Amino acid sequence: MNKKYMYSLLAVIVLILLPYVGVEAVGLQVLFGIIIPYLAVLIFIIGFIYRVMDWASSPVPFRIPSTCGQQKSLPWIKQNKIDNPFTAGGVIIRMILEILFFRSLFRNTRFGLNEGPKISYVWEKWLWLAALAFHYSFLTVLIRHLRFFLEPVPVCLQLLEKVDGFFQVGLPGLYMSGAVLLAAVTFLFLRRIYLPQMRYISLAADFFPLFLIISIAITGILMRYFTKVDVVGIKELAMGLASFHPTIPDGIGVLFYVHLFLVSILFVYFPFSKLMHMGGIFLSPTRNLPNNTRAKMHINPWNYPVKVHTYDEYEDEFREKMKEVGLPLEKE
Amino acid sequence: MNDKNIIITGLIIFFVFLTFPFWYNMGKASPVPEPKLTDKAKAAKECVEPKEYMKAEHMQILDIWRDGVVREANRVYISETGKKFNMSLSTGDDSCMGCHSNKADFCDKCHDYASVTPYCWDCHIEPPKEKK
Repeated sequence: MNKKYMYSLLAVIVLILLPYVGVEAVGLQVLFGIIIPYLAVLIFIIGFIYRVMDWASSPVPFRIPSTCGQQKSLPWIKQNKIDNPFTAGGVIIRMILEILFFRSLFRNTRFGLNEGPKISYVWEKWLWLAALAFHYSFLTVLIRHLRFFLEPVPVCLQLLEKVDGFFQVGLPGLYMSGAVLLAAVTFLFLRRIYLPQMRYISLAADFFPLFLIISIAITGILMRYFTKVDVVGIKELAMGLASFHPTIPDGIGVLFYVHLFLVSILFVYFPFSKLMHMGGIFLSPTRNLPNNTRAKMHINPWNYPVKVHTYDEYEDEFREKMKEVGLPLEKE
Repeated sequence: MNDKNIIITGLIIFFVFLTFPFWYNMGKASPVPEPKLTDKAKAAKECVEPKEYMKAEHMQILDIWRDGVVREANRVYISETGKKFNMSLSTGDDSCMGCHSNKADFCDKCHDYASVTPYCWDCHIEPPKEKK
């Protein structure tokens, strides 16, 4: 038993029960189907802008890239143009690789102390692999959900659904992305539970989004493959939200409201949590700055004017006295 | 710092993508589809199972039927109420399509709306309409 994940788990259970009771017993469909989703999107947008503009207004006076290769120096020393970029082009390539392929996670190593004692660094790629699977499947799931918000559904979305359901397992056809998402997020959760050092550094704020996303995935999978909900009714509701003519069709299962509420919570929680790494990765100064510290003049923006007294002025002031005692002078 | 312009541009691009459903549907009405029943289906009153069950589970029924017919040569479906039905999607008057002969107004109505593209029609063909 661990307080940190028990709190998060309890919080998510309460968040599941809230819409369940609210819709099933009290009949608050309008609250959970219209008001909360709109509020959530609004809070997400405002919170996101607030966080990013807060970061943007922090001055970055110096270049502080983490250098992972040879710096540009003498012409006969080969520079690593991506891992120690000197130009904006190099930075852009570095950022693209970081954002799309999580390159810094790929470099993850595990430290080990063997008999001897000998130190070893093991190339730890499972985290990178699971993170990549998780993020890309989540993106696919998110884009796939646009079918509920767009009418007519664009052809590219239908193509994505075809590719995602390529294996044609069962009916309704299994989407790979959903299964991969649940598997990857479960791995990321178990990693925090089973590795002692990971458990030690994990906080409630690390477990909460994991539980939340696991619950979202499970409710989604339940709705699609097991206890069916009225898809046409759900699209009617979603289209109502997207076209600002919200309606609550009858006969949508309560599971849908649980799913929708959890997603709304995710949206609200997003800007105020570690999930903001989505925007933050673009603004990481150790990645997005070229390493031209010496080649270019970087002026600290909060420098105030300093009163200086140069040597020339000093000499002008004391010329006569210096001459008298025979001190050497720059100008006679 | 001039980075601020780049950051604001990035934010705007992100929110244009995020709010895509809102402006894609701007000023468009999208009526909810009402699948039409043929006269024959109306006269029969009930499908092989109750309407709500069929609405939710028809794809699974068809999937099980297909496996039963193809692998076990079992063409008889016994419903919850004990009635016997012929298991066939599109052959004969006592098949699914025998009653629901209006694919465009029945099947496709909801499938198109929910962007579902069942692969029934990769193998089956819609029974041709009688020409008078």
